[in-house]
Amino acid sequence: MNGVHDMGGMQDFGPVVPEPNEPIFHADWERQVLALTLAMAAPGGWNIDMSRHARESLPPAQYLSSSYYQIWLAGLEKLMSERGLLTGEEIETGRAAEPPKSVDRILKAENVAGVLASGTPYERPADEPARFKTGDRVRARNLHPEGHTRLVRYVRGHAGTITRVHGCHVFPDASAHGLGERAHWLYSVRFTARELWGEEASARDTVQVDLWEPYLEPA
Amino acid sequence: MSGDHHDHDHDSSELSPTALRVRALESLLVEKGYVEQAALDKLIDTYEHKVGPRNGARVVARAWSDPAYLERLREDATAAIAELDFTGRQGEHIVIVENTPDVHNMVVCTLCSCYPWPVLGLPPVWYKSPPYRSRAVIDPRGVLSEFGVELPEETEIRVWDSTAEVRYLVIPMRPDHTEGLDEEALAALVTRNAMIGTGIALSPEEACAEGGGE
Repeated sequence: MNGVHDMGGMQDFGPVVPEPNEPIFHADWERQVLALTLAMAAPGGWNIDMSRHARESLPPAQYLSSSYYQIWLAGLEKLMSERGLLTGEEIETGRAAEPPKSVDRILKAENVAGVLASGTPYERPADEPARFKTGDRVRARNLHPEGHTRLVRYVRGHAGTITRVHGCHVFPDASAHGLGERAHWLYSVRFTARELWGEEASARDTVQVDLWEPYLEPA
Repeated sequence: MSGDHHDHDHDSSELSPTALRVRALESLLVEKGYVEQAALDKLIDTYEHKVGPRNGARVVARAWSDPAYLERLREDATAAIAELDFTGRQGEHIVIVENTPDVHNMVVCTLCSCYPWPVLGLPPVWYKSPPYRSRAVIDPRGVLSEFGVELPEETEIRVWDSTAEVRYLVIPMRPDHTEGLDEEALAALVTRNAMIGTGIALSPEEACAEGGGE
């Protein structure tokens, strides 16, 4: 999706402003949003790709004017209402109007440590050998899917070199939309700064991007 | 900390609309039985008190002092980092990238804010902000100068955009004159920014002046 979340290479957002001695959270509600987002994945049954898509498909003006955890909150509300866990009215009023939906599981306190420690590995067994190997020249395809993708806009149409084969990983373009995992080979691809940004860029600098096989063609 | 994160809230009348909305949402989700309050408290406690950049600093300090460990990090960083019990969410597939006199690595997620939680904790606001996400790939030297890092023209700046589930941990160059230091003293030189690539490791004198660490 060519959304405003795909920010690589945009200009005029201003300087980076580090905050000395930054606290982990800037308000109590940020703690709550983090915890609710992690906990609600259990009854909600959504995966990280679905969460990312819920956030990036917020209206652009809302996305750009929201803080990070406000974006998380809006994404969470969207996922819950899409799945009928809460109605729009319940989210707006904060009051229960419908009985709870029956859910398969909830996150119990005693399971938190184990769930966090195991995470959700995304590598999968490969059905087919990798099409590319380290050192191969590839071009990022010029694709503009309407749904979720991790093919960043700034590499599309540009040629780079495979520097590492990561293995076969869940394909977010499918996984974000409930179409299954459809794992594909994942590669780290090195692009020169000049290939991406033109002759004004440094002759030495490079950008490494992780790209799935369907995003790539031989160059 | 468990269970007390409401206690220092002010009166509801002083809360922002977002804070009120989140408070109502949390009550509603607990009431509906979708979330357990004790689980929420445990999640918050974990990321506020147990997981943070000192984990990553220990990995770097060991990499600096134990060549066999560094070799294991190069082979399979996820497994080598798991030796120190740092595993799990947002660290399922970790790759280390090593700074040298010729190459300086710097990590960004231009699409959202992917970050290696088990070794660095939750990302700072600037990492998640549009200025960093947009410019790290197109103007890395400009971004680095905003962090006070100026590198020679001959150094390759290699920016890693975390577009998949692979998370990158920068192993900064070991500062000079640290031959006699043990792992704990070395870890005190390793800042969070050095492990993202927007900083470099501190000298022992700088670490002393800063009280060691972030």
